[in-house]
Amino acid sequence: MDTNAIELKGVTKRFGNVIANDHVDLTLKKGEILSILGENGSGKTTLMNMLSGIYFPDEGQIMVNGESVTIRNPMDSFELGIGMIHQHFKLINILTAAENIILGQIGQGRRDMKKVNKEVKDLIDRYGFELSPTEKIYNMSVSQKQTVEIIKVLYRGADILILDEPTAVLTPQEIEKLFDVLRRMKKAGKSIIIITHKLNEVLEISDRVAVLRKGSCIGTVETSQTNAQQLTEMMVGEKVHLDIKRTDPVGCEKRIDVRGVSVRDSEGLFILKDVSFEANSGEILGIAGISGSGQKELLESIAGLQNIDSGEILYYPPGDAPVEKLSEKSVQEIQNLKISLSFVPEDRLGMGLVASMDLTDNMMIRSYRSGKSKFFTDRKSPKKLAEKIVDKLEVKTPGVETPVSKLSGGNVQKILVGREIATNPNVLMVAYPVRGLDINSSYTIYNLLADQKSKGVAVMCVGEDLDVLLQLCDRIMVLCEGSVTGIVNAKESSKEELGMLMTGGRKVERSV
Amino acid sequence: MTLLLTFIVAAVGQAVPLLYGATGEILTEKSGNLNLGIPGIMYMGGISGLMGAFLYENATDNPSAFAGVVISLICTVIASALGGLLYCFLTTTLRANQNVVGLALTTFGVGFGNFFGGSLSKLAGGVGQISVATSASGYTNFFPAFMRNIPLVGKILFSYGFLTYLSIVIALIVTWLIVGTGYGLNLLAIGEDPSVADAAGINVTGNKYIATVAGAVIAGLGGLYFVMEYLGGTWSNNGFGDRGWLAIALVILALWKPSNAIWGSLVFGALYVLYIYLPGLNRATSELVKMLPYVVTIIVLVVISKRNKPENQPPASLGKAYFREDR
Amino acid sequence: MSKIARSNKKVIHMVKRSGISPLKAWGIRLIAAVLGLIVAAFVIVGITGVNPLKVYEGIIGGAVGSPRRIWVTVRETVVLLLIAVGLMPAFKMRFWNLGAEGQILAGGIACSALMIYGKSIPAPLLLFLIIVCSALGGMIWGFLPGLFKAIFNTNESLFTLMLNYVAMQLVTFFIVFWENPSGSNSVGIINPSGKEGWFPALFGSDYGLNILIVLIVTVVMTLYMKITKHGYEIAVVGESQNTARYAGINVGKVIIRTMLVSSAVCGLAGAVIVSGASHTISTSTAGGRGFTAIVVAWMANLNPAGMLLVAAFLVFMQQGSIQIASQYGLNENASDIITGILIFFLIGCEFFIRYHLKVVNTEDDKS
Repeated sequence: MDTNAIELKGVTKRFGNVIANDHVDLTLKKGEILSILGENGSGKTTLMNMLSGIYFPDEGQIMVNGESVTIRNPMDSFELGIGMIHQHFKLINILTAAENIILGQIGQGRRDMKKVNKEVKDLIDRYGFELSPTEKIYNMSVSQKQTVEIIKVLYRGADILILDEPTAVLTPQEIEKLFDVLRRMKKAGKSIIIITHKLNEVLEISDRVAVLRKGSCIGTVETSQTNAQQLTEMMVGEKVHLDIKRTDPVGCEKRIDVRGVSVRDSEGLFILKDVSFEANSGEILGIAGISGSGQKELLESIAGLQNIDSGEILYYPPGDAPVEKLSEKSVQEIQNLKISLSFVPEDRLGMGLVASMDLTDNMMIRSYRSGKSKFFTDRKSPKKLAEKIVDKLEVKTPGVETPVSKLSGGNVQKILVGREIATNPNVLMVAYPVRGLDINSSYTIYNLLADQKSKGVAVMCVGEDLDVLLQLCDRIMVLCEGSVTGIVNAKESSKEELGMLMTGGRKVERSV
Repeated sequence: MTLLLTFIVAAVGQAVPLLYGATGEILTEKSGNLNLGIPGIMYMGGISGLMGAFLYENATDNPSAFAGVVISLICTVIASALGGLLYCFLTTTLRANQNVVGLALTTFGVGFGNFFGGSLSKLAGGVGQISVATSASGYTNFFPAFMRNIPLVGKILFSYGFLTYLSIVIALIVTWLIVGTGYGLNLLAIGEDPSVADAAGINVTGNKYIATVAGAVIAGLGGLYFVMEYLGGTWSNNGFGDRGWLAIALVILALWKPSNAIWGSLVFGALYVLYIYLPGLNRATSELVKMLPYVVTIIVLVVISKRNKPENQPPASLGKAYFREDR
Repeated sequence: MSKIARSNKKVIHMVKRSGISPLKAWGIRLIAAVLGLIVAAFVIVGITGVNPLKVYEGIIGGAVGSPRRIWVTVRETVVLLLIAVGLMPAFKMRFWNLGAEGQILAGGIACSALMIYGKSIPAPLLLFLIIVCSALGGMIWGFLPGLFKAIFNTNESLFTLMLNYVAMQLVTFFIVFWENPSGSNSVGIINPSGKEGWFPALFGSDYGLNILIVLIVTVVMTLYMKITKHGYEIAVVGESQNTARYAGINVGKVIIRTMLVSSAVCGLAGAVIVSGASHTISTSTAGGRGFTAIVVAWMANLNPAGMLLVAAFLVFMQQGSIQIASQYGLNENASDIITGILIFFLIGCEFFIRYHLKVVNTEDDKS
């Protein structure tokens, strides 16, 4: 049969007023690996969720093996031979690997776990995974959980596999193993879609690449006839000149001194291990690493949100004021010191802001304790601040009484960053500041950070796009599995060097 | 010795409705539905069975115990299933808050029971309390007399009606259902994380309905046991008391396992009647002893939340509505 | 090929509304209430066989047919409102305080104890003590679940539920000492002659003080939630504990403090019921109001004006059906059935306020 495995015609999905997918046309040929490439927020996952039955398209047609179908729920999707491996694992913590694998696959009657465990074990051995079928999920590492997800789809015998950002949480060795499995499955005649935003992986694994941008499909190209440059252009729309103004740091003074900080999770495993570094005023310190390498915990430790096991965090105020030991203080005590330690967390609506509150109330999150009265809140100055931010950063909102949940991602981030820099901070920490933002909003944020730096603020920026980090930051610290593997001068370093450090390669000490 | 014997028998009598209620509630909670309407459903189940038997006995001159049992069973099953259905429709299909619906259902169900229990004979044109002695006789003495008369063992093991034995059988069946079947696995997944179950192709809504309605029916049988075997076929307003809430407490003590609920119900049943048999109690202190089941439950609740062992926690999605496209 | 879900069907699809005007929302609730009344009418007719219009005439008569009935309806409404207002801060914090029943009883016990043992205390001081101590009684009942929620994250809905029955047993415990006449197993009217500890008549009504107290507490609590720092902290904790930590809010402290406030108001409701209305205490002093108030607070979206409206409607129907029941010689539990039906309709209609149904017509490849 020479039909396409999947064909999408004019598929559209809206969430309220936001169009996630706008008349997308896409084909997956039988027995090929198709990459879907796009920036964060370009609608990749939403599109695939319509194939797996999680979302229902508002318009358009889906064809599987040449027949028009309606996928109303995941069951329909299974019956069509589609298996999706989600970015967020769909596993039940209290069940074993094998129980998760057979979930939804067996009848209502007796479940013979002995037989199932053996079947799963066979599958594990055949593909060379390392996993015990009787291990409970809550005891597993991230990569083990992903293995369970993959075996789940294999066990199910799906013909069409969709993998959503499968490599984001894996080490290079694990990625290689995964790609081997994918190639083996392709050989066995399966059709595979892999969602990613990493160009090198696209070029390595796929036969063809479909590029999504702002919810629309820009085009599909043969991998052999394209290159990174062309794909990037398709992805971002125009030739990228990462034109971030970077001035030389001036008047560098030590502001934050992190000495041998270790943090352990609830199970006693190290999330941060003996981390030491300094952050100086008037410069931007980039923090790079594979996601989940301890970036979040590091910033939260400095902000006073994380209990640290050992080590200390010191703050050196400008002028002659005495050194403060942040690691012994709560968030509120740090606020009382008037250090102006600003923090833009990764989870904007889950931590930095309250989605259901309006702009004014969100301004108060860091400042509601101030104001004349000890008991009553002051909403006048937060309202003025909100209006000022809306005006200055060109936030698109009906007014300051609008809940932030109704704003777009870029505007939400402007509100958050605007609030944090409004306090004239001495230290500014930002985590993934442009995640999910369009190019224009991203530049607004980059320029805000650069402005803060030139005002003498010590800026720390956790990022994922190495190109941006290299052009925005002065120094870049790389974390790998909770340890610092190197601190490099951004002007002299390269993506390759950072990539090596991120995956654990130690670098020769170089004075910075 | 005889005192101990009567104590055990009395404890069993208190344990049975709790076991029915707890088994039903466990099955329901495993699907993520915290049905606080169970106390009301037990009232509904009890009165409906009684009404069925009453109307039957009034309609025939020479009622048979067997027909009375069948009719009352059917009425109980239908009424409690409707209660479960109503709860599930409001919480699962219309996504109303589970606590609010459950409490409203309990208020409704208790009122339903007391209303019909108190007014039934009047509505039927008679006077006085309803009594269905014939049908109730079918609910007692499941085992033949010679077995009941075995010294010691006969009284403790064979002196009850069939609903007592059925409660244990159902608890074991539900245990097996959860631990040993594909259906149980689906249910566990739904209770922990419905989005995962949904993605695995499990019909979340359908299974929630099945578990909730089946759970309600099981709980309703507890109400039927109370009016038929315990009270002997009569009604006393609010006579069922707080047993429905004790059943919900028992779910916690049993750590969401029906097999644990079997011995747990005996512990609660014993605590419930302990004040009668404990020497040296006066009226006031015996009221304090009656507090024990709730105090024990609270202690268990605190201890499991401190221990934090994943298997012993309430189902993770308990009390939450599920909507596939939420984001 | 296995069966494929073919696309020649209309699919009904639920979509979350992005917003709805208050007018439309209350319109939907009104329709639900009317539908509920119609179904309730059928039930009443089914039981009594009377003309449904007569039945509703009877209900209206029962609720507001005489000055005394009007006062009873008002009295019951304000008590229900008071409890719902008490639950408001806890619910705003997403803390499921299902323990209002117990907190009311705890407050009621404190109040009764003062009435019984404090006869010699001067009346104004006694009144003051009753208000303070009943609130304290409620607080004791609210403190424990709050504390364990804060330190171990213990499930609060089950904890508070269990405490209701501990409180009920405590009431039966005290009845043993307070029963009057002895052997009746009930407390009877406390201080029937001297009326010590009874709420004094105010504005020419026995229930004037009840209304005044509820009015003051409602206004104060509304302001507490809206314009104080505590209220702001409660809102943040309720929306996201992560954000609260980020803001430097001590989440555990806010949980405990808010539960103390919430249960204090519920305890006060115990005094309003005992000193202000029944002048006695029994296990049915709370009488399910703690549960009904949950429905009231939730259906009104924690909006005090809405709570007043819902409470008034439910009490109106309750009092009316009690009247109907006695008119036709049925017992008063009929009111639970009627209000139950109405509540189910009102709960169900919230769905149509939050979602709307859309028919998606997918293209048909065969046509």
